[in-house]
Amino acid sequence: MNVAISIAGQTPDAPFDARFGRAESFCVVDTDTGAWTFHANPALSASGGAGVLAAQFIARLGAQAVVSGAYGPKAHRTLSAARIECFLAPGNEARSAAEILDAFNSGRLTPADDATHGGHHGD
Amino acid sequence: MRIVVASGKGGTGKTTVATSLAQVAAERDAVRFLDCDVETPNAALFLHPRLDVHRDVGIRVPRVDPQTCNACGTCAEICRFNAIAVVGETTLVFDDLCHGCGSCTWMCPEQAITEHLLVTGSIDSGTTPDGIAFARGMMNVGQAMGMPILRELKKSSPALSPTMTVPPRRTLEIRDAPPGASCPVVETMRGADFVLFVTEPTPFGLHDLKQVAAIARELGLPAGVVINRDGIGDAAVDAYCVESDLPILLRIPMDRRIAEAIAAGSTLVEANLDDRHRFRALLERILAEVTV
Repeated sequence: MNVAISIAGQTPDAPFDARFGRAESFCVVDTDTGAWTFHANPALSASGGAGVLAAQFIARLGAQAVVSGAYGPKAHRTLSAARIECFLAPGNEARSAAEILDAFNSGRLTPADDATHGGHHGD
Repeated sequence: MRIVVASGKGGTGKTTVATSLAQVAAERDAVRFLDCDVETPNAALFLHPRLDVHRDVGIRVPRVDPQTCNACGTCAEICRFNAIAVVGETTLVFDDLCHGCGSCTWMCPEQAITEHLLVTGSIDSGTTPDGIAFARGMMNVGQAMGMPILRELKKSSPALSPTMTVPPRRTLEIRDAPPGASCPVVETMRGADFVLFVTEPTPFGLHDLKQVAAIARELGLPAGVVINRDGIGDAAVDAYCVESDLPILLRIPMDRRIAEAIAAGSTLVEANLDDRHRFRALLERILAEVTV
């Protein structure tokens, strides 16, 4: 399966980025083959709707699961519609993408069945 | 002729000046008053209109027919606000990100999108006891965009009342602008003939006066200044007006009785006969500036 991880950099030892919509980059790892790809997040500088844009981006990258630190309501709705499973990793320690992947593979990450906050827009 | 009363800084006396200007104008002219401060309209507190027409307004948001949509993604690509997402075979619409621009509807190759009114505010209109045709826009609680309401307000000129016994000299529209110097202020000024800046002689008043003066200059609109709370602060506003060729058309002194009149829901011209002459002179100066 392909898992996307929000990261701040373009290497496996790049630190985890706990933001989803405004993450600097995403890596996509094929857990069957161990192949990594790295992608700059096009939503990083969006004026609004960054979570919606980032969700569509990783859907196009073929991710079936995503690991980040938080999901807003619109990002979560878009990821769910794309049938991408959302997982949470605590973002207060600067762990590497590789360590996050280990935690994911060993089933230590919590699924986010709903948005983790009320969003950043309007009300 | 359309006159905008703007300030930049909030609380300098825009509504105080606009309402009194409207009342002296209504002595001889047919007057429309538009309260364009759609976040907190307050001119009705002073002009006391009977608001008998209420209309819901808002933006037109897209609805996608899932039968016709083939999830090509054109709408999501075209939307600069990311209000539409296409993932797999599903098209999602996020109303709270939509600005109602209509690009998705226009660009959809399958014509799968129709537009529905999302109510974001309202326009109330009616007539004041002095025969001023009055309208105000008001945003609903929780909304973030005032511009669509403002545009509707400008389109919906309230009907002029036939209470005048003599034929009016001319038709005047007075727009009470929102504070600040962002899009709603630009929109309020757009299409106007003159901008009256109400400022106070303080560093904050001057700072914001410069911003709104730059907007009027950019729009090519003639402008003049009212200095409110004259006597406080410093002379920097006066100096700026001289060097920027902005005429100072009226000075309103710092006076406790003015605050008392406003707190009681009166305009300046209602509270003080002398002000009526001064506001008549202000209106004539404005008309002279426009016809130069």
